[in-house]
Amino acid sequence: MTRNQSGTGFMACMACLVLGCASASPAAPAKDSCVECHSNMEGALRAPVTDYANDVHSRHGFSCADCHGGDRNADDPEGAMSPAKGFKGHITRAAVPALCAHCHSDATLMHRFKPQQRVDQLALYLTSVHGKRLAAGDTAVANCVDCHSVHNIREVKDPLSPVYPLKLPETCARCHANAVHMAPYKIESNQFAEYRTSVHWEALSKRGDLSAPNCASCHGNHGATPPQVASAAEVCGTCHVLFEEMYNKSPHQPAFAAMGAGGCTICHGNHGIRKPGIAMLAGAGSVCGQCHDATSAGGAAATQMAGLLTKLDNALTQSDAILNRARDSGMEVSEPILRQMEGREALVKARVAMHAFQAAAVAKPVAEGLAVAADTRRAGERALQDRNGRRVGLALSLVTILVTMAGLWMAIRSLESKAPAVPKPAGR
Amino acid sequence: MASALRPKGLGWLDERLGLSALREFTAHKTVPLHSATVWYYFGGITLFLFTIQVLTGVLLLLYYRPSPTEAYESVQFIMTRVQFGWLVRSIHSWSANLMILTAFIHMFSVVFLHSYRRPREVTWLSGLVLLGLALGFGFSGYLLPWNKVSYFATKVGTDMAATVPVAGHQVARFLRGGADVGGATLTRFFGFHVAVLPGLTTLLLVVHLGLVQRHGMSSPPWSEGRKLDQMRFFPNFFLRELMAWYAALAVLGSLAALFPWELGEKADPFAPAPAGIRPEWYFLAPFYTLKLIPSHVWRIEGELLGLMGFALLAAWWVLLPFWASDSRGTLRTRWVTGAGVALMAYLVTFSLLGYFR
Repeated sequence: MTRNQSGTGFMACMACLVLGCASASPAAPAKDSCVECHSNMEGALRAPVTDYANDVHSRHGFSCADCHGGDRNADDPEGAMSPAKGFKGHITRAAVPALCAHCHSDATLMHRFKPQQRVDQLALYLTSVHGKRLAAGDTAVANCVDCHSVHNIREVKDPLSPVYPLKLPETCARCHANAVHMAPYKIESNQFAEYRTSVHWEALSKRGDLSAPNCASCHGNHGATPPQVASAAEVCGTCHVLFEEMYNKSPHQPAFAAMGAGGCTICHGNHGIRKPGIAMLAGAGSVCGQCHDATSAGGAAATQMAGLLTKLDNALTQSDAILNRARDSGMEVSEPILRQMEGREALVKARVAMHAFQAAAVAKPVAEGLAVAADTRRAGERALQDRNGRRVGLALSLVTILVTMAGLWMAIRSLESKAPAVPKPAGR
Repeated sequence: MASALRPKGLGWLDERLGLSALREFTAHKTVPLHSATVWYYFGGITLFLFTIQVLTGVLLLLYYRPSPTEAYESVQFIMTRVQFGWLVRSIHSWSANLMILTAFIHMFSVVFLHSYRRPREVTWLSGLVLLGLALGFGFSGYLLPWNKVSYFATKVGTDMAATVPVAGHQVARFLRGGADVGGATLTRFFGFHVAVLPGLTTLLLVVHLGLVQRHGMSSPPWSEGRKLDQMRFFPNFFLRELMAWYAALAVLGSLAALFPWELGEKADPFAPAPAGIRPEWYFLAPFYTLKLIPSHVWRIEGELLGLMGFALLAAWWVLLPFWASDSRGTLRTRWVTGAGVALMAYLVTFSLLGYFR
């Protein structure tokens, strides 16, 4: 290669690098006079600019003017905030849902950003208690920004979003746990406190199970409304399908329906649902005992079901204890331990069947579970017997080995008494 | 004619096998007597445990099936359905661990008694290769039950091989029989465990034992110039060795009966690695050392740096007989003893740290 050729090559490389860098650099940001001015302000006038940097709308290229109107390209405040250019200024609370819906109810527009996103939020909101009250002129009720925040709106899947499943109960509680705010509506403000004692909250907050029910799971989100008494069982049944099926076959269903009482909530409560147990069926303080006298047919059925469930639970617990003892002794009992799961499944089935409130329905899965528990218990007992047998065998073997070693030692002594182990070295 | 062909006891065998030469050899074979004679038994105990391994291994082979779908179940079958299968499997696993322990004791006794010195350099080298093969037996056998812990320990072990420059990835791929630990790895490890390693070990054992007979038992250097008492190998030392074997058998039986070797849960390649995964105790010291090394030291990957360090350490240890003497042939006993103590302290301390942390 000649000197000239190498020089040309070098220039070509440099040109490529420069062009490459230029093409890789991001496009210059579009002018936004709202941001330019409000960035230089203080306090509440500057906050929207700071917050908006993290807003999902900012990421998709929306600017202040898309909601507030005005001209982002104007250099002077008068031009930028000119009513002639559609400047709306502060958005009133009553106007918020319609403003958001301007884009969020536009299927064509939303499809550009999130093809899977629903576009019926406003329609649902208008059916909600919040929406109805807002339409009636009550601006103190929740609108879009009360739950999703404003200028700092994040996607639902963002853990910092106020409507992220783990945060949603606290977001609802901002209003619903405020006794002063709830007083005019005659709504209690203890729901959040109760919810935090429930199994649902435990699953959500302690186990981090994002599919566990929060407020919106039962009440809906945009169409938030208190479940009507008659629909309570159906609300629970969206997750607890089999329980609902059993309940609908039970004598309680028509009775509660005739009374106009909710299904599941009668026994389990609503917001503060605790871990259910056999104690709910029978004994002092049982839930069944609140309506059924112990001597009545219902009371007897409850006692019978409690007895069956207790029997199976105890049998499985005893088998577990024996199998664990065998396993801790080093015995191979993984098969019966695995089989125990069948017994536990039978217990779950029996607990589900209990919601038909007929002892016969519970007896079948209990009998299946008891058969499993008996089998696994026998397997555990056999393993423990084997373990004891091994120990006896070991003791006998050790005795035999020790006797043999003693015999060897005596043989050595006898041998060396006749001929010494250490032969005299030559010349010594 | 028929009476001429009839065997006449040992004479008949002697004529054909030359037993009298063997008798003559054993009659003259002696073992030096001194304060550290007891350490001579550990070579024999290691050999005894190896024999147990071979016998129990053959019994396990009758039922074991080397495939991911059947390996775990076949070991479970051995432990629960086969008469005394639990005992055979437990003895196989415990004797493997005891064998590696006694092999290490044997190696350190050779170091501290300075038995590696001229003319026993090749005996030392063959012994170290045998120790390496024993570790190979441990590594390959660990995977065979195809349980969760062994699966992930093998994954970690073969991942380490992949960090070696140039041929690391090829070695890891060769060991695994593919990109990841799977059915092909199990089949390969089974092949190594029951064919390749036993073949090599038998060959090396013959060499090692042959050299021990060729050079006789070594006396420690501090006895040089003195005439040590010698014990007849047969029957006096042999009967004592037999007692040691019985003692080893008692320990082995007790461990197998009181602490049967666990089977654990079946391996699930799609499950996340269990917390606190660690290798067998004899790999704990290097494993813990690698954990302590930062991910990068200067521009070198920490794991690679650790492996290079181990390779240098191993090479230095293998060459012990050659640097143990100075240019005039004087043995550097203090250096070697110091090195032995340092290595033993490192192995014990880091193994304990690796186990408890």
